[in-house]
Amino acid sequence: MSDKTESENFDAEQVAGNGLLDRRVFLRQGGGLLGALGAAAGLAGYSKPVEAETLVVPSWTTTPGAWVQGYTQPSKYEGKVVRGPMPSNPYNNVGPGSVRSPLQYLDGMITPNGVHYERSHNGVPDIDPAGHRLLIHGLVKRPLTFTLDALSRYPMTSRISFVECAGNSGGMLAPTAADGTAQSLHGLVSCAEWTGVPLAMLLEEAGVDPKAKWLVAEGADAATMSRSVPLAKALDDALVALYQNGERIRPANGYPMRLLLPGWQGNMNVKWLRRIKLLAEPAMTKDETSKYSLLLKEGKVAQFNFPLDAKSVITKPSPGVNMTAPGLYEISGIAWSGNGKIAKVEVSADGGKSWAPAALSEPVMSKAITRFRIPWRWNGGPAVLQSRAIDETGYVQPTREQQIGARGSRFQYHCNLITSWGVAASGEVKHVYA
Amino acid sequence: MFTRSFILAAAFAGAAMAAESPQLGQPITEKEAAAWDLSIGADGVGLPPGRGTVKAGEEVFIAKCQGCHGEKGVGQPADKLVGGQGTLGGDVAPVKTVGSYWPYATTLFDYIRRAMPLTEPQTLKPGEIYAVSAYILNLNGIISAKTVIDAKSLPKVKMPNKGNFYIVYPGEIK
Repeated sequence: MSDKTESENFDAEQVAGNGLLDRRVFLRQGGGLLGALGAAAGLAGYSKPVEAETLVVPSWTTTPGAWVQGYTQPSKYEGKVVRGPMPSNPYNNVGPGSVRSPLQYLDGMITPNGVHYERSHNGVPDIDPAGHRLLIHGLVKRPLTFTLDALSRYPMTSRISFVECAGNSGGMLAPTAADGTAQSLHGLVSCAEWTGVPLAMLLEEAGVDPKAKWLVAEGADAATMSRSVPLAKALDDALVALYQNGERIRPANGYPMRLLLPGWQGNMNVKWLRRIKLLAEPAMTKDETSKYSLLLKEGKVAQFNFPLDAKSVITKPSPGVNMTAPGLYEISGIAWSGNGKIAKVEVSADGGKSWAPAALSEPVMSKAITRFRIPWRWNGGPAVLQSRAIDETGYVQPTREQQIGARGSRFQYHCNLITSWGVAASGEVKHVYA
Repeated sequence: MFTRSFILAAAFAGAAMAAESPQLGQPITEKEAAAWDLSIGADGVGLPPGRGTVKAGEEVFIAKCQGCHGEKGVGQPADKLVGGQGTLGGDVAPVKTVGSYWPYATTLFDYIRRAMPLTEPQTLKPGEIYAVSAYILNLNGIISAKTVIDAKSLPKVKMPNKGNFYIVYPGEIK
């Protein structure tokens, strides 16, 4: 530690304004760094707090616990970790609806199945797999149907992929900053390991007619939700997914099978998949014309904008996950891109004036959520936290000003502008425009 | 000879490779699959026989649609179906309706047949769907009250906002 003060050691690790520290601070050992950490976190010497806690033996240690169960649930003390906000419904709880993942209470890259986001267009069908079929027809040599049992005998492929509703983050276009959380503003994204049969294998069995350039994929729900997909994507990395994080896909996410189009609009990842028809031209369905198209400046409408561009959001701290006393914290969040891997995430604590690179938690995978982390010494003063994702194509997540400048503020879908969280001296975190 | 055998062997190997997938699909004819084939092309391919008038459509609308879409399609609680022309280009809140926004009239038939009414989808007959499509198009001033809508006339309806749509794929949006 030589003759430097603790404060000087700490400052040496500051890499951007308002207390952002080198992303490796938490990983390094020894020397000045340990001193710096100790100083920042108040750990130096582990001085005994004024009111030390005397440990007692709790009842759960002295009485037998619950017996084994067939399927477990989260701890009853984790009741806040649920999907929401619950939407109001004018049709007696039938019809279209959506509910969001509690991003601010999760960590890592995987969304647990029970809190994966859901968007459905006329409820969740109760499908008996014995009566479900996947039909492949249209411009093929041999129209075929597949049962779940048949597909279950195929060689499986697994991939970790995010699914994001194209309408996610649309609330960021409001003229004033919505009083929201990571969940309410950005929770229409989730990430799971999906396992299933490559669609290319099934298409090859059916024999694709060279005239086919598109397919329309359709669900078995009461909306028979349908979307046109370019054949090139179907032959590239599309899966007929049967499993979600190791178990059969949950009904809300498409049981017994869904289309997975990694990185593309959530709505195209058709749930309860029952039919694929090969076509020469797109079908121009309701959900690819009147919805999920972007109204740009001067009334121009961008249709068939499929991949979701790079986005990120800080989840810790964030509204509802507030700061307490000044000191050393980890800022953590999620980043993802429909165009490949996340190459870099930068974080600012001074509203975008200065930026520092965050550490990316392994594994960093193409078209999957990537967790980022960076240490921050909060001095107890006001701060504006931002993150921006950069993907392997070099694309940089835009500022609010940049995105609205390019597209106007009425495009509704594919909004991926930078989010700002304002931290007050009280430690409260709120959504702000910076 | 060697070359020829080699090519033959390679051809057999190729055939064997192609057969490596499990081949567990059940062959079916398009006729057997017809009850599931709801897709309508923008060019009208797939539209069934039948026809409907604006007047007949009004009756269907009042009976089956008005409860959610409001009298004459003014909306609430479900989407507004009528009006909004002139709201897409300016700075006002856009009102996206069949008349102001939808680029293809065939989408009306496709969507109504597959998904409407919300509580009893796939119960309307083709003639009723043509009729209610005609009614909605007429409310928007796109077709006259006398136009009969069928498999021939529906794809020919020119939607006023079609020219503002452009296809991004396989390019990128700004």
